[in-house]
Amino acid sequence: MTDAKLEFDAAVGAKQEGWNRPPVMEPSGEGGVLELAMGPHHPSTHGVFRMDVALDGERVIRLKPVFGYLHRNHEKLAEGMSYLGSMPFTDRLDYICSLTNNWAYALAVEKLTGQEVPERAEYLRVILGELTRVVNHASSIGFLIQEMGASGTPLMYAFREREKILDLFEALTGARMMCNYMRFGGCRVDASAAWLEATRKVVAGLPGFVDEFEQLLRSNEILMARCQGVGILRPDLAVNAGVTGPLLRASGVNYDIRKVDGYGIYNRFKFRVPLGDHGDVYDRFMIRMLELRESIKILEQALKEIPVGPVMDAKAKIRGFRPKAGEAYGRIEAPKGELGFYLISDGGPNPYRYRVRPPSLINLTILEDMCLGQNVADVVLIFGSVDIVLGEVDR
Amino acid sequence: MLGEGILKGLAETARNFAGSFVSAERLTTVQYPEERIAPIEATRDFPFLLYDGSDWEAGMRCVACQICEKECPPQCIYIEKSKDKKPDALGKPQFYPARFDIDISVCMSCQICVEVCPFEAIKMDTEFELSTTDRFGGLLYDRKELAKSNEHYHKIHPTEAAEVDARLAEEKAKADAKAKAAAAAAAAKAAAPVQAAVQVQPAKPVQPAGDLTAERETKA
Repeated sequence: MTDAKLEFDAAVGAKQEGWNRPPVMEPSGEGGVLELAMGPHHPSTHGVFRMDVALDGERVIRLKPVFGYLHRNHEKLAEGMSYLGSMPFTDRLDYICSLTNNWAYALAVEKLTGQEVPERAEYLRVILGELTRVVNHASSIGFLIQEMGASGTPLMYAFREREKILDLFEALTGARMMCNYMRFGGCRVDASAAWLEATRKVVAGLPGFVDEFEQLLRSNEILMARCQGVGILRPDLAVNAGVTGPLLRASGVNYDIRKVDGYGIYNRFKFRVPLGDHGDVYDRFMIRMLELRESIKILEQALKEIPVGPVMDAKAKIRGFRPKAGEAYGRIEAPKGELGFYLISDGGPNPYRYRVRPPSLINLTILEDMCLGQNVADVVLIFGSVDIVLGEVDR
Repeated sequence: MLGEGILKGLAETARNFAGSFVSAERLTTVQYPEERIAPIEATRDFPFLLYDGSDWEAGMRCVACQICEKECPPQCIYIEKSKDKKPDALGKPQFYPARFDIDISVCMSCQICVEVCPFEAIKMDTEFELSTTDRFGGLLYDRKELAKSNEHYHKIHPTEAAEVDARLAEEKAKADAKAKAAAAAAAAKAAAPVQAAVQVQPAKPVQPAGDLTAERETKA
């Protein structure tokens, strides 16, 4: 902060916190400090998000994330609407992974009402959830590389694969991205044998895609020079900040809700949780790559074991749905981290309180700690490695 | 060796580039307005109103119960109930929508209206080339624009339409059997008026309207 600004702040009595808080790191003293607003229309912010950075030359000495440009009143809307009515709105939180959002919300309501989910529906949920994880991790790696300047190629490889999976989503749920598929006590429609066969075919092609993707990127010297040792997040800080998902596991903390909670039927599948060593951008990139492989393993097992049967709880009601009074918190391991829905019911047709615990928002809160002392160009990279969707950050 | 990783990656890119000339699977781009990909059956975008027969006004299945209007999350449906009644497909006198508007610039294609409809009267269309130069009227569809025949439904969603038709036929058969039984009972009653007069009919308990007209209470 310049002397003139400090004098101005003192004159108007501005508090030295929040917007006006002094830099966390000391400037080197030559040439002063440049304050810069990156965003909200910066192409690297994946939407509308602003980072107010203070720069000492190229070095970041303060970073303030500014949220809220995409706020859509999701929680308050849901409180004035039937339980079913907010299901399509959950699609629009993290719009890349609509099916995991559906799942988390359905899980919270099922906890509230104590509904059982039929076996086949659980398998379908796992299959769709893991396909969503493949879509998310592939495109998030693609975007990360795009932010390093490799515009196009890796992202288009990821999108070519994503397209096949989105076609599967469309064939089953009727929509590519706004699926609105899961219901309280099951899934909306059953998957045909032809759909399962098509899914098996796509899943059989996925390992080849991951091999190709790794071959393309993994040992690339430019990528390693840009990523390794950049944006290090210490495990103790990650745990204290409530960070979850691949970001936390890249720091070496073994925490995966699929293993911890075993929600749904996840404890039936054999899969490993990849962990990072250094907690830098390269680890986050590699964790996503390895999680792709684990997801494919789960998909293969689930597709092999899926039983026949109903996909909807026979007692489930579509009209006149009123859960008894109480509260519930349902959480799942969404591709970006722990996604939770907290609901309080007063016995009426709409929730009394509806709260979303979005992984993107909470993972973003430690952006400053990862960016301090790094170059401006690396801020873009670190931000990309957090993997956020603004629809979920601002809700 | 420095640069080995880059060369590996470039080999991959070269393989894909060359592959796109020989393998159709690697060539994923479709030149849209000229070329089109085959439609997927389950696709949905905006709702339409279903009618039986050839006259859209007489065959309209909607009975203006207004459940979809209440359940619609973005509130894009507007219905005005008729004052008089018209016979529906089962011959029962029913209300009909004097006005049924959907603002498809607001609709988010969630198909909750389809799920809550007890009369199979509203379904999802697959038409997506709807751009218009009229910003307001052009995207506000009235009941005439929304009405589509059952044949159209069979054309866009054959499996689903067949299921719906089977379900409706079953309901109609049930209703017919009931009507027949009622007619037979009435005939028997007419044949033996004395006995019938003696027999005291217990008053039928009035069913609460229940689900169909359950008002969604919204908190003040």
